[in-house]
Amino acid sequence: MTVHPIIAALKWHKAGVLLIVLQIALTLAIVSNAIFIISQRISVIQRPTGVVERDLFRVSQSFVGAPSGDDPASLDKLDALQLADLGILRQLPDVQSVAASDGMPLQGSIWVGGLALTADQKTPTSAAGLYYGDEHMRSTLGARLVAGRDFNAGEILHHTINSTVPSPVIIVSQALADKLYPHGDALGKTVYLDSKPTVIIGIVDRLQVANASTRPWVYMSVMAPVRLDGVNANYVVRAKPGRLLPAMQAARKALFAANRMRVMPDSWGIQSLTEIRDKAYRADRGMALLMGLICLILLGVTAAGIVGLTSFWVGQRHRQIGIRRALGARRIDILHYFHAENLLIAGVGVVVGAMLARGLNVWLMTQYEMARLPVTYMVTGVLAMLAIGQVAVFVPARRASLVPPVVATRAA
Amino acid sequence: MFGYYFDLALRSLKRNPVLTALMVLAIGLGIGASMTMVTVLHVMSGDPLPGRSGQLYYPQLDPLPLKYQQSAYGPDPRLNFTWPDAMALVAAHRAERQAAMAGGALLVRPARTGLRPFYVDGRYATADFFAMFGVPFLRGQGWSAAEDDGRARVVVLGDTLSRKLFGTSDSVGRMVRFGDADLRVIGVTADWHPQPMFYADASSKAFGEADQFFLPLATAMDLKFDANSNQSSWASIEGDIMKSPNLTWLQVWVQLKDPAQIAAYRQFLSDYSAQQKALGRFERPPSHARLYGLMDWLGRQNLVSADVRLQLWLALGFLLVCMTNIVALLLAKFLRRSGEVSVRRALGARRRDIFLQFGIESAVIGLAGGVLGLGIAQLGLWSVRHRPDDYAHLAQMDFSMLVGTFVLAVVASVLAGLLPAWRACRVAPALQLKTL
Repeated sequence: MTVHPIIAALKWHKAGVLLIVLQIALTLAIVSNAIFIISQRISVIQRPTGVVERDLFRVSQSFVGAPSGDDPASLDKLDALQLADLGILRQLPDVQSVAASDGMPLQGSIWVGGLALTADQKTPTSAAGLYYGDEHMRSTLGARLVAGRDFNAGEILHHTINSTVPSPVIIVSQALADKLYPHGDALGKTVYLDSKPTVIIGIVDRLQVANASTRPWVYMSVMAPVRLDGVNANYVVRAKPGRLLPAMQAARKALFAANRMRVMPDSWGIQSLTEIRDKAYRADRGMALLMGLICLILLGVTAAGIVGLTSFWVGQRHRQIGIRRALGARRIDILHYFHAENLLIAGVGVVVGAMLARGLNVWLMTQYEMARLPVTYMVTGVLAMLAIGQVAVFVPARRASLVPPVVATRAA
Repeated sequence: MFGYYFDLALRSLKRNPVLTALMVLAIGLGIGASMTMVTVLHVMSGDPLPGRSGQLYYPQLDPLPLKYQQSAYGPDPRLNFTWPDAMALVAAHRAERQAAMAGGALLVRPARTGLRPFYVDGRYATADFFAMFGVPFLRGQGWSAAEDDGRARVVVLGDTLSRKLFGTSDSVGRMVRFGDADLRVIGVTADWHPQPMFYADASSKAFGEADQFFLPLATAMDLKFDANSNQSSWASIEGDIMKSPNLTWLQVWVQLKDPAQIAAYRQFLSDYSAQQKALGRFERPPSHARLYGLMDWLGRQNLVSADVRLQLWLALGFLLVCMTNIVALLLAKFLRRSGEVSVRRALGARRRDIFLQFGIESAVIGLAGGVLGLGIAQLGLWSVRHRPDDYAHLAQMDFSMLVGTFVLAVVASVLAGLLPAWRACRVAPALQLKTL
């Protein structure tokens, strides 16, 4: 089939053709960027935390009537309350291990510290999310130790979060170790955590900070050997395999039975990491869902526009089609004609659209934290738009192919 | 004439019901999506204290060292005040009214049996807080500056908390246990919930829960109650961390009545900074001291999240595609009626009559699309209200947004109809008549 007659015929519908081209171009630009945003959200949701998420839950609660001061007597009283709780949880039959741990990946609130290589360094080499907890924290979370050792019981301190007491030893994540010592010799080195010297005694494979941040330092974590004293105390508990729910229920009952004077509401008191993950990424999931819905409707509207406009053209060219049929064109020729015409229009549309998509992406990169749109998305988008055009044009094209040759002999 | 064109439009639209439905649906979806997001943006950038916000100002000092580098991870420490600076500004009394404040969540232990202890959000503030922000009292009153100094063990409750603790009986004069301290209730405010919560720390939720208690800042410090605002320090801290000159965590608001007072206050902030610099505490020039109006301050806080802005752009892009779609369909539709147009033209209709006829047809589509769009926007807002975000509960359409929906729908469809109508009215009468 030659393209020339199609172009000649389209010259009669310049404005209509231009509008369809514009619509296809805009749709491609918006949809390819939106799908890219969706895929980015999904990859954020799916990234690993570095802990073994199955059978893990967090206990977060406050002691009622506990002292709020930071004198030694108050601190000892707060620590005793916490140790009593840990002992009770450890006795439960469905519980595998228990640790005092202020942090839990994705739970939301986070302590941030700066790490420097020298004492008088003005700007820290890296920021890091801090996990305060006892000697069981790493093993209970299930973060994999790749070098060095765990804290031992003698190294565990206890003080309030506002305390200026330094931690003599820390365990860091591999990402942070690499940032501080790119040659891989971080273990055993003295670094400065918030200007106070401390020794790296262990390195874990991967550990996400305690919130769902998308910042580049999301895997820069530090574990400090501190049971945090405070009215609020948090624990992480690993249930025996498959015993998560019974363990959570038993923990709740046992803690209240031992000490009624505590606040541990249903909404945030005892939560499995699965629930915590669900809450942390709810907004991202909503955004991905909304974008997906809008893309679907957008493609629908564009397809409907193609159907509508082509239908009009078929109606308008009723007589010309009859003449072609009378001159010997087969039904399949008429069908091919309209498919080819649509391919031509959509082809121009996707070329313009690809350029628009790149432009929109560049603009989004300046306005929001957004990566460069990969070529695969563009190619997929282009192919999808062309396919949608071909499918949309089928119904009116088929109607056109059914025009009988006898129409040629009738007046318009 | 108008009625006749309206009748013609209806007839024409009835002739192609599928196409008409498609156009109404397209404009409805575009308008619905756009108005959902415009409404969200509208409620998020509203005035929290209409009538009062014009007199409220947020001062800003710069106590940071010269070498301090703003990290990309945390908020700017200068958004808040150190204890010494906040106290100096309040004590100086250079504004009509001034108050320092910080948010806190405290554990309340109800005396009533059957009610478990629970956490509640509130504010630690200095005396002028109530008068400056116009917090309405149901019973009793706030505390005085003297009670501030005396660290009085008093508290003002919000109506909801008062009812929760004491039922319908008058709570003024009763005692409430906050944390491990007993405080005497001296007043009950009506539920007061400015949106956004402009006076809270910039890093806290701007559309979060209302404050349910207010107590003197000095009392909270005395009782070592924790503040839940962002705390930023830039040097090692000795002694009482909350009173350190190297830790910012407080907010200060002032009320200024006229340009003269504003100018005087700016001068005061500059003088104060110069004085602190002379003392060796501040390192940066006094010109870094600033004074922001309330709405200006909110504008700087970027309360509207990147996600919401992205969704607004997406919705507007969607509307644009829908409009292109309608232009194309209307163009095809109007040009197909060239025969009808040429007959009307031959019978004496002027170009502007044809233009008006098709313009009205476009507007009718727009009106129908507006009704549909309103429905879709309500559905969209309903879904926004079920989101986990803190602003979700605000997503309601007010009257201006309601009218805006229709105006936008009709303007969009009439705009979409301009080109097709113009093309239709250019149809030459004679040429088309020949082909009939």
